[in-house]
Amino acid sequence: MKAVVIVFPGSNCDRDAKVALEAAAGRPVAMVWHGDSELPPTDLVVLPGGFSYGDYLRPGAMASRSPVMQDVVRAAKRGVRVLGICNGFQVLTECGLLPGALLRNAGLRFVCRPVTLRVETVRSPFTNGYRRGAVLQMPVAHHDGNYFAEPATLERLAGEDRIAFRYMDNPNGSLGDIAGILNERRNVLGMMPHPERAADAVLGGTDGRALFDALAA
Amino acid sequence: MSGPNEEHGGLAPDEYARVLEILGRRPNEVELGIFAAMWSEHCSYKSSKKWLRTLPTDAPCVLQGPGENAGAVDIGGGLAAIFKMESHNHPSFIEPYQGAATGVGGILRDVFTMGARPVAILNALRFGAPDHEATRRLAAGVVAGIGGYGNCVGVPTVGGECSFHPACNGNILVNAMAVGIAPADRIFRSAAAGVGNAVVYVGSRTGRDGIHGATMASATFDDEAEQQRPTVQVGDPFTGKLLIEACLELMGTDAIVAIQDMGAAGLTSSAFEMASKGGLGVELDLDRVPQREEGMSAYEIMLSESQERMLMVLRPGGEETAAAVFGKWGLEFAVIGRLTDTGRMALSQHGRRVADLPIRPLADGSPEYDRPWTRTPPATPATISPDNRDPMAALRSILGGPAGASRRWIWEQYDHTVMGDTVGGPGGDAAVVRIHGTGRGLALTSDCTPRYCLADPVEGGRQAVAEAWRNLTAVGARPLAVTDNLNFGDPERPEVMGQFVGCIQGMGEACRALDVPVVSGNVSLYNETNGRAVLPTPVVGAVGLLEDLAARTGMALPGPGLALVLVGETRGHLGRSLWLEAVEGREEGPPPPVDLAAERRNGDFVRAEIRAGRVAACHDLSDGGLLVAAAEMALAGGVGAALRSPLVDAVAGLFGEDQARYLLAVEDPEGMLERAAAAGVPALRIGETGGGALTVGGRSSISLDELRGLHEAWMPAWIAGG
Repeated sequence: MKAVVIVFPGSNCDRDAKVALEAAAGRPVAMVWHGDSELPPTDLVVLPGGFSYGDYLRPGAMASRSPVMQDVVRAAKRGVRVLGICNGFQVLTECGLLPGALLRNAGLRFVCRPVTLRVETVRSPFTNGYRRGAVLQMPVAHHDGNYFAEPATLERLAGEDRIAFRYMDNPNGSLGDIAGILNERRNVLGMMPHPERAADAVLGGTDGRALFDALAA
Repeated sequence: MSGPNEEHGGLAPDEYARVLEILGRRPNEVELGIFAAMWSEHCSYKSSKKWLRTLPTDAPCVLQGPGENAGAVDIGGGLAAIFKMESHNHPSFIEPYQGAATGVGGILRDVFTMGARPVAILNALRFGAPDHEATRRLAAGVVAGIGGYGNCVGVPTVGGECSFHPACNGNILVNAMAVGIAPADRIFRSAAAGVGNAVVYVGSRTGRDGIHGATMASATFDDEAEQQRPTVQVGDPFTGKLLIEACLELMGTDAIVAIQDMGAAGLTSSAFEMASKGGLGVELDLDRVPQREEGMSAYEIMLSESQERMLMVLRPGGEETAAAVFGKWGLEFAVIGRLTDTGRMALSQHGRRVADLPIRPLADGSPEYDRPWTRTPPATPATISPDNRDPMAALRSILGGPAGASRRWIWEQYDHTVMGDTVGGPGGDAAVVRIHGTGRGLALTSDCTPRYCLADPVEGGRQAVAEAWRNLTAVGARPLAVTDNLNFGDPERPEVMGQFVGCIQGMGEACRALDVPVVSGNVSLYNETNGRAVLPTPVVGAVGLLEDLAARTGMALPGPGLALVLVGETRGHLGRSLWLEAVEGREEGPPPPVDLAAERRNGDFVRAEIRAGRVAACHDLSDGGLLVAAAEMALAGGVGAALRSPLVDAVAGLFGEDQARYLLAVEDPEGMLERAAAAGVPALRIGETGGGALTVGGRSSISLDELRGLHEAWMPAWIAGG
C-alpha cells in the first residue's frame, strides 16, 4: 500500500497518522504539503487531525479549498481510499465527499477522553478487519464533533449501511450517535475518534490498529 | 494599579537618578520606556536575584542552567530535555481566556526558541474560594484558554494541579510549564554574534496590544484592575503552531546564529538581551518592523507585547534560506537591523534617531535590592481532639469537596493524547511522555502546597521540591532537574519578602539533598490586591527520566489479591492537613516536617523496587494522607482495597500528612519488608486489594461506585452553578 498524509498549516496529528500507517504498512509514508496541486501516485490519502487554518471560518472549511484538495476529490472519485480523522472528517464534509456537518459539541467544550465505539459495518476497506458489533475504545479530542445531517440523509446513511462507527457513550451530541461514516462508494471514511492514538499498547490501547492493518493488507 | 512610581515611567526616584547618570542627559520617552521595562521587577528580578543565586543550578546532566530562554538537561541518546515554567497571573485575572492562552504560547516559545520540539505542557492553577463571585468565571476562562492554545498547537497538556483558597480571590495564579526535546548538540541560544549580521523579525505583526505588560505584572492590583484589559496580549495559536514548525525547519539549516522570543517587554527586551549577551551593539530601523496598525509610535513598537514573534540573528547568506522557510509558512519576515560594534542600542524611525542607549551600563546598572524581610513566626501547634467519627465521612468531605475532588472537568478540556506519546496522562502522580521513537520516557510533574508555605515557608519550600521528587519517583523515574515558578505578594512588605526568602532557603536545601538542580524559572511578585497577598506559592516543575518504559508503574490498582505496603514513617501529623481544613474548617498548626535524608532513602528504595519489577502500583502520599491515597488508587484501577492495621484506627494515621511516604501494591510483601529493613526504610504491610469497596479496619466501608460518584460530581456541579 502506498499512502500519503496531507499536511495543512495547523495540522497536528500528521506525524501520529504517519507513525501508525508506517507501523502497519512496513514502508515509508509520504507527507504532502497542502499547497501542492497534485498528489503523488497513492492508494490511500489521510487527512489528519488538527486545526487546519486555525479553524478560521469553520473547522475544515479553508482546508477543503486548498490546492491539493481538488486532486484529493478527483482521486476519491477514481476510487483511491481517503481517510479523514477528526479535523480530516470536518474537511471531508466541507469538500462534499461526505454528507452532513460537524457542529460544536453539545456541551460547548473541547472534549478529550477515551470513548467506546461499536463497529456498525465491516463492508469497507477500513473496517473489514473488525467484527460487526465489535466494541472498541479510542480517544476523541475535539471541539466540533457533533455530527448533524438532515433526517433523509441519516436515513439514507443507515439504509445503505454507511455508518461505520457509533458511540456507545456519545461525547458530543452527534445525531444517531454517529462517530464515523462512509461515502456511497465506500472508499472514503470520516471519523471523529483517533484510531492512530489507539494503535500502540504502551499508549493504553490497540483497538485502532485493525483499521490500519486492513488498509495495509 | 499601584506599586511602581507613576512618574518617570514607573522607575523609582533612585532608579531614575541612575538613568540620568548613565545617559548624562534626560531620556526621551522611548528611552525611558525601555529603561522602565528592562528594570521592571518582571524583567530584572531586582527583588529576587540576591536570593535566586543561592539555589543550586549545576549537576552533571545540566546542559543549560538559568539565564537562557529555558533550562536544558541531558537525557541520553544524544537528546536534551528543555523546559521552563512561567506565570501569567496578572493578565489571566484581568482577561482569563487570553491571559492563560498567551501564557501557554509564551512558555512554548521559550522552549522551541532553544531548538526543541515541545512535547508536553503542564499547568499549576490557584483560584479564589469556590463561592467567591469571580472564581467560576475565572476558572472556566483560564481552562478554556489553556486548552484553546495547547489543543490548537497540538502539544499535549499532560498534567498539572489546581487548588482554591480565598487568598486568591483578588489574584489568581496561572503557571504553565512546557517541555521540549532537542538534539543535545543543537541547542540554540540568544547571544548575538558577528558584527554586520542581520537582525531578523519573524512571526506575527506588531500591534498595540500588551503595551506595559511587563510593568503591569510588576505592580499590585487595586479595585480598578479591570481597566488594565488593554495591557493583556491576544494570542493566536494557529500562528504559534506555524511559528513552531517554521523555526524548527530553519533550525535544521545553519542559518541561525542566535534566536530569542519576544515575550515580556517585546522587541525591547529581546533585542537588548541578544546584544547584551553577545557584548555587541544593535541598530534597528523601526520602519521595517511589520506592523498591524498604522501610525504606531516608536514607543509602542518597542513595548508592544504582541504574541507569536521572534527575533533572530542570521549568518551572512542565511537571509534567503530564512525568507523561503517563513514564506512557505505564511509568516512575516523582515530584516529590521544589523549588529554593530558600538555597544549601543540605536533605534531610528522615519529617518530620525529615536533612541540611543549604551547596552552594558543599562544591563550592569540594573537595580538589585536587598529588601528588608522578617522571618515568618513559627505556627502554634493545632490542638486536635480525638475523633471517633466514621473516617468515611471525612473521606467523603475531602474527595467530594473542592480540595480533593477530581479535576477531570479541567483536563478533559485539554488534548492530552495528541503526538501519540502520552504513556501516562493527567490524574496520576507524574505524567509520562515517551521520548518519540524510543522505549524511554520523561516523567513530569508540578507541585506546591501553599498552605504549608504560609505556615512555615522554609518547610513549605522543602516540601514542594520533595513532593515533586516523590511524584517522579512514584512512577519509577530518576529525577533530573527542576524549574520553579515563584508566586508571592508585594516584596516591599517585609513579611512577604520573608516568605520568599524562607521558601527559597527550603527549596535550595531540598534541591541539594535530592540532587535536583534548578535549571530555569520565573518569579512573579506583587500578586496582591488591596494589601491582601496570595499564599506563598513556589511551584516546582520537575523532570525525570525513565530509562525503560516497561519498568514503570502507575497508581491504578491492577487487580485483587495484592498486598498493600506503606513505605515511610507515619507519625500522624495533622497540622495544616487537608483533613483539618476540609473536615474541621481550620487552617492551623505547622506543616509536616520534611526529613530530606528520609525522603532520599525511602524514595531511592521505592524506585529500585519499581525498576526491579516488584511493584504493581505506587502512589505518593500527600494531600489527605493514607486514606485519600488508597482511595485514589482504588478509583484509578476500579479495584477495592481493605486497610487493616492499628495505624488506621486513628484519624491521625489515616489522614496525617507525614512526608516521605508511598503506598505500594505488591505481590510479595514479605520480600519487600525484608529488603526495606535491610535498607533502613520503614515499611509496613497494611492491607490488601480486592472487592468493590474501600474498607478501613473492617468496621467502615464505602463502595467504589459511591466514592467515584461524589469524587467526580463536585467540579462539574460547581461550574454549572450548583
